[in-house]
Amino acid sequence: MSATTEAPDTTTAAKPKLKTSAMIASFADAGQKTASAPFGHALVKAAQENDRIVGLTADLGKYTDMHIFAQAFPERFFQMGMAEQLLFGAAAGLAETGLVPFASTYSVFAARRAYDFLCLDAAEPNLNVNIVGGLPGLTTGYGPSHQATEDMAIFRGMPNLTIVDPCDSIDIEQAVPQLAASEGPTYLRLLRGNVPTVLDEYGYNFELGKAKVLRGGNDVVFISSGLMTMRALQAAKALAEHNVDVAVVHTPTIKPFDAETVLAEINTDRLAVTLENHSVIGGLFETVASAVVTAGIGKRVVPVALPDEFLDAGALPTLHERYGLTVQRIVAKVLAELS
Amino acid sequence: MVLSQEIHTPNQAPGDAGETAADRLERVSAAAYRIRHHALNMGEVQGQGYVGQALGAADMLATVYGDQLNFRAEDPHWEGRDRFLLSTGHYAIGHYAALAEAGIVPVEELETYGSDDSRLPMSGMSTYTPGMEISGGSLGHGLTIAVGMALGLRYQGSGARVFNFLSDGELDEGSTWEAAMGAHHHQLGNLTAMVDINALQADGKTDTVLRTEPVTEKWESFGWYTQRVDGNDVGALLAAFDNAAAQATATGRPSVILCDTKVGRGVPLLEEREKAHFMRIEENEWQTCREQLTAGYEGKVSA
Repeated sequence: MSATTEAPDTTTAAKPKLKTSAMIASFADAGQKTASAPFGHALVKAAQENDRIVGLTADLGKYTDMHIFAQAFPERFFQMGMAEQLLFGAAAGLAETGLVPFASTYSVFAARRAYDFLCLDAAEPNLNVNIVGGLPGLTTGYGPSHQATEDMAIFRGMPNLTIVDPCDSIDIEQAVPQLAASEGPTYLRLLRGNVPTVLDEYGYNFELGKAKVLRGGNDVVFISSGLMTMRALQAAKALAEHNVDVAVVHTPTIKPFDAETVLAEINTDRLAVTLENHSVIGGLFETVASAVVTAGIGKRVVPVALPDEFLDAGALPTLHERYGLTVQRIVAKVLAELS
Repeated sequence: MVLSQEIHTPNQAPGDAGETAADRLERVSAAAYRIRHHALNMGEVQGQGYVGQALGAADMLATVYGDQLNFRAEDPHWEGRDRFLLSTGHYAIGHYAALAEAGIVPVEELETYGSDDSRLPMSGMSTYTPGMEISGGSLGHGLTIAVGMALGLRYQGSGARVFNFLSDGELDEGSTWEAAMGAHHHQLGNLTAMVDINALQADGKTDTVLRTEPVTEKWESFGWYTQRVDGNDVGALLAAFDNAAAQATATGRPSVILCDTKVGRGVPLLEEREKAHFMRIEENEWQTCREQLTAGYEGKVSA
């Protein structure tokens, strides 16, 4: 891979190679409507109404939109330094005193580096500790050190933990106060910076623990979460041009999972496809698959997910195309399944 | 035994409530004796357990629960209480004995230690036991939680203090030092760490497992108000805790009391036994242990 190097590529002059650019590359399409730092602003708004909300970070405030909160409520913001075990232990301690902490870091560090502290200090006593993980799945070109491709797989086994994989700025804005109000620990797969605004066109409201049918369709049903719901909606429009009618069901809460809504949509003659910004192991696909098998439904489910591999470094559009997350790759996969 | 309706407030200076220094020393020493006695009884019921650690830490626990901690025995969740966090979950046997001594857990309940459906599991958990603030056991957690509690109490204007009991083995864990830095950075003057240095870990002596010394210099260099005392000398413990209390403020240096203790302390049979993390005691030895403990305590009292 030469995508991260600055040297000009003299061997293949045909097409200029894309650059990895910033660590947090935007996945918004050109000209797409976006909202700036929806998490930070939503947390400020929630904190104005609930004086028990406090914020913490592990030296990643600016990169998880926590800095918006820190600027608004400096006395309610605690910098923990690059110390994730302290971040989670201290968040649990703050919750023990009756406060409602939101603690941010990158998803890779949240899931891989300090699991024991979230598990035993917050989840076992079922404390209202809210973890906010940046760069979930494949949202950076920095390679496996920063790509949390298996964060949901790691976290799904933790009792008491609620897992939310939002699609857009609407999801994030509406999820934050609900996460603060819900008992027990939560994990939010953060989308930060200029986050696309997508779901406002679908008469949608985020409800913790609920899946929502965003559009109906007779031939195919997409079950999706996170930014892949945006891609699912775009793919549904593209497939309409191929005379394929696609329904889209958005499942932002991965755990506890709204199996009832999803199974009602899957248990039809339509092709069922799951779409997630996560490894094919242990994420949305396996959540759906286990619900299908448990219900005794003999139904094939096709996954659109990241492979069980350590992914390449490079530019995000290149990587999304390579690993099958682009609209084009989704459309091709569905057409191949139907042919 | 203290009465259950009694409200305990820190007794920081000898002479408070008309108590002389000698009376105070005797009161806390008597509490330590009873904690050791409880621990032996619990160990006998279970047939095993971390009796050696409980005996070693009994003077630290007696000093905190008998003299320093602000709590209401009948209301373990009272908002204004000082928090005592047991990071070393396996020391629960000693902590339960201290909770009984404090009137938070009935003495008669101690015999359920480690039994099915008991509120007193082998490893301490907040979800099981009144007065148990955290679920320790995965070592190196306590001080990180203590940092959050101290921050949270200070932010909410509480004058309550946070005491974290940890062991020298937990100094192996990087998280302990993350928390040590965090406490100093945030100037948590309402936080006191107490480290039981019994120089013993699961696989052997601490200096053969992972050398933690020089411990005093480490804490000093992390910015903590550091004292090191004989953790089996009640007088020295009281003086050290008084010093820590005197400099405790909402915002200021956190305080650590490094306590050198002896596994099995107070029972010569166990003090001399080959040191092991999980000490074996034969069925016929428990009574001997109790007799030795009582003889030693009474000898000291009459001396």
